[in-house]
Formats: sequence, C-alpha cells, structure tokens
Amino acid sequence: MSQEHLAVYEVFVRSARGLDHKHVGSLHAESPEHALMYARDCYIRRSEGVSIWVVEAKNITASQDEDLENFVEPMDDKPYRHATHYVLPDSVNNM
Amino acid sequence: MDNDKNEERPAMQPQDEAALLDEFERKIKAEEKIEPTDWMPEAYRKNLIRQMSQHAHSEVIGMQPEGNWISRSPSLRRKAVLLAKVQDEGGHGLYLYSATETLGISRSEMIEALQTGKAKYASIFNYPTLTWADVGAIGWLVDGAAIVNQISLQRTSYGPYSRAMIRICKEESFHQRQGYEIMYQLAKGTPEQKQMAQDSMNRFWWPSLMMFGPHDSESAHSGQSMKWKIKRQSNDELRQKFIDQTVPQIEVLGLEMPDPEIKWNEERGHYDSGEINWEEFYQVINGSGPCNHQRIKHHVKAHEDGEWVREAVRAYRAKQQAKSEENAA
Ligand SMILES: [Fe+2]
Ligand SMILES: [Fe+2]
Ligand SMILES: [Fe+2]
Repeated sequence: MSQEHLAVYEVFVRSARGLDHKHVGSLHAESPEHALMYARDCYIRRSEGVSIWVVEAKNITASQDEDLENFVEPMDDKPYRHATHYVLPDSVNNM
Repeated sequence: MDNDKNEERPAMQPQDEAALLDEFERKIKAEEKIEPTDWMPEAYRKNLIRQMSQHAHSEVIGMQPEGNWISRSPSLRRKAVLLAKVQDEGGHGLYLYSATETLGISRSEMIEALQTGKAKYASIFNYPTLTWADVGAIGWLVDGAAIVNQISLQRTSYGPYSRAMIRICKEESFHQRQGYEIMYQLAKGTPEQKQMAQDSMNRFWWPSLMMFGPHDSESAHSGQSMKWKIKRQSNDELRQKFIDQTVPQIEVLGLEMPDPEIKWNEERGHYDSGEINWEEFYQVINGSGPCNHQRIKHHVKAHEDGEWVREAVRAYRAKQQAKSEENAA
C-alpha cells in the first residue's frame, strides 16, 4: 500500500502539564493507534511533550480562506470588545 | 491492539488506590496540573464539580441583571458595549460548563441542579438592577471582584479549569473598564447623576464583598480545596485584595466611601473595613434574596422556550443518520 492511500492525521502536542495541546504537524498512518506511535517517534523525540492527540484530518472542519473576510470581518468593527477602548484616568488605568 | 482495550480490567486493589493517591498528591505538591484522564480522588472530583458548575451557573444567571438594561441603554454605544459584555458572559458559561463536563457530569444534569436549587450561583445576581448606574457598578465592582477571584484560580490544580480561567481573565478587563467608565462619567456629571452613582455603589459594595464567601473560619469547603490547590488563596485574603485595590478607585470617582469604617491601616499595610452583614448573605444564598425566584423562573422559561430548537436538532440528526444508513445499504 502506498503512503498516499493512508489516512492523514493531524498531530497535537501538550508540551507541559497544564498547557493546551498545540498543533505541531501531520503524518500518514494506517490507524489512530499507529498514528499515535508515529507521532511519538516524529514529534517528541526530545521530550517536546507529555501528551499527544492525533485526529484524522478528514474529521476536522475548517474555515475557508476565501470566506474569511465575511467570516471574521464583523468582529473588526467592534473595538469596544477591547480593554484599550476605554480611556480612564491614569491613576486607575491599571484596571 | 483493539483486543487489549476490550480485555476486562481487574478490580482495583486497595494498594493500587494508595499508589494512585500518592501519585496524585505528588503532582499537586509539584504544582503539576491534574488532567481529565488522570486518576483523582472522588472527593476532588466532586469538589471541583460543585465549584466549577457553580461558577458556570453564575456566568449565565449573571446575564439577567445586566440584560435588563440592554433595551434601555442611554446611547447606541452603551447598548453595543453592554450587548458585547453580556455575550461574553454567555461565552464564559460555555467555557466553564465544557470544562466541568470533563469531570464526567453532563450539561443537562448541571442545568437540572441549577433549576431545582441543588446547585448555587453567586448570590450577587439575586440583587435587582434599579438604575442605569447599576450597570456601571456591576461591571466595576462585581466583575472586579470576579477578576480578583479568577486571577487566583488561573493557578488552580485542575488543568481544564485553569485554562478556562486564563481565557476568561483576558476577556474580563474590558468588562470592568466599561463599568468604571460609566461610573466615572456619572460621578463627574450632574449632581443627580453623581447621586445615582453613589447610591448604586452603596448598594453593590456589600454584596460584592460577599462574593468572596464566608470568613475563612466559617467556610465549609475551604480547607480541603486549599489542600488540593483547587483554591489558591483564602476568601478573606482575596476579599482584602479587592478592598485594597478598589478604595483608591472610589477616591478617583470622588464618591463617599460606602463603609464609614474604611481606613488605611499603616501597620497591616491594608485597608480596614466594617463587618459584613452575614445574616443577609445566608438569606440570599439560601433563596430569600430579592430576585432569587425571578432569576430561576426566567432561566427555566428561556430553557423551555428553547425546546423547539433542541427538538429540531434531534430531528435533523435522525434524518442525516437515516440518509447515511440508506446510502450504506
Ligand atoms: Fe464572571
Ligand atoms: Fe464572566
Ligand atoms: Fe465579566
């Protein structure tokens, strides 16, 4: 079986206990269990992490670049969602 | 590989449990976070479910007193700001419910506990919002008190709770600032506006102090929570921190202190303040506050009014499932 026929898995690694898992890359594998072992061999050879998640790429629903403008643009015109929008006297500005 | 997963695991022996507890306590001591798949004592799990679900309920019920003013905000800007704030609180509820679900309790169990009064929420939300200044006082004092508590909880020992707190704290700063901005404008406005700000602060000051819970000597869950690092600072420590940071903010507003006993104590390096009316605290927490009944009634109504949406989701899912089974056949 050529590698192209294997499923693609996205790999997420938690670098230390208490932190979020972060996306680090992807790989091909014949099963989720194998993906996990390959991810261990590929991505945490130097103790880069304490926990790995693998997710088959086809199970990820992603936003589309072409739609991005309509998708996130409505958020850009709401500056009042940011703390810096509110001007307070200097002496209490550390709030 | 699939085979070993299905193999029956032998029942846990007492010595295994002791080893697991040792490992759990080692992690707590070493400031390592506990993650959902780790073994944890049943009491730790229960204690977290109680505290985290109570926190989630507070975010959601807290939308009501402020939501009361959305349609009556004094300007379009204020309305947009208030909408954005209340929307954030709904989001905080979601982060916290999701984090609590990692402990093995379902959303519907939590909602039921809230609606039947088995679970509590912050007693502050049982007070009414009588004037526009109350929106300012809530953002400034109530979110301000919540921030003090939540900053401390960023260091809680349970990973998902800690991460939810970090996310929430980033969003809270705008909540407090928009509230203070309202108070500042009122306090520097006409005499009537200033009086409105004063009255609102006077009403929300004491309930804000109560948000930190009973005195350490009276607090039912505190000891174990501190030992397991669910809580990192005691109720009284956090309350003092809030008082110390808020008094100078009252001075900048030019309002009178809501408590005549507030006085800088040089020796302690903290502000002294008067005693809280604990009778009122227990009354409100046990259901007799001005708005307890209304808050839960409204929550139940909103939940029931939303039933058709959940029904539509179920129908859609059943249809999709039938379709995919048809295609597979
Ligand atoms: Fe909150
Ligand atoms: Fe919140
Ligand atoms: Fe908030």
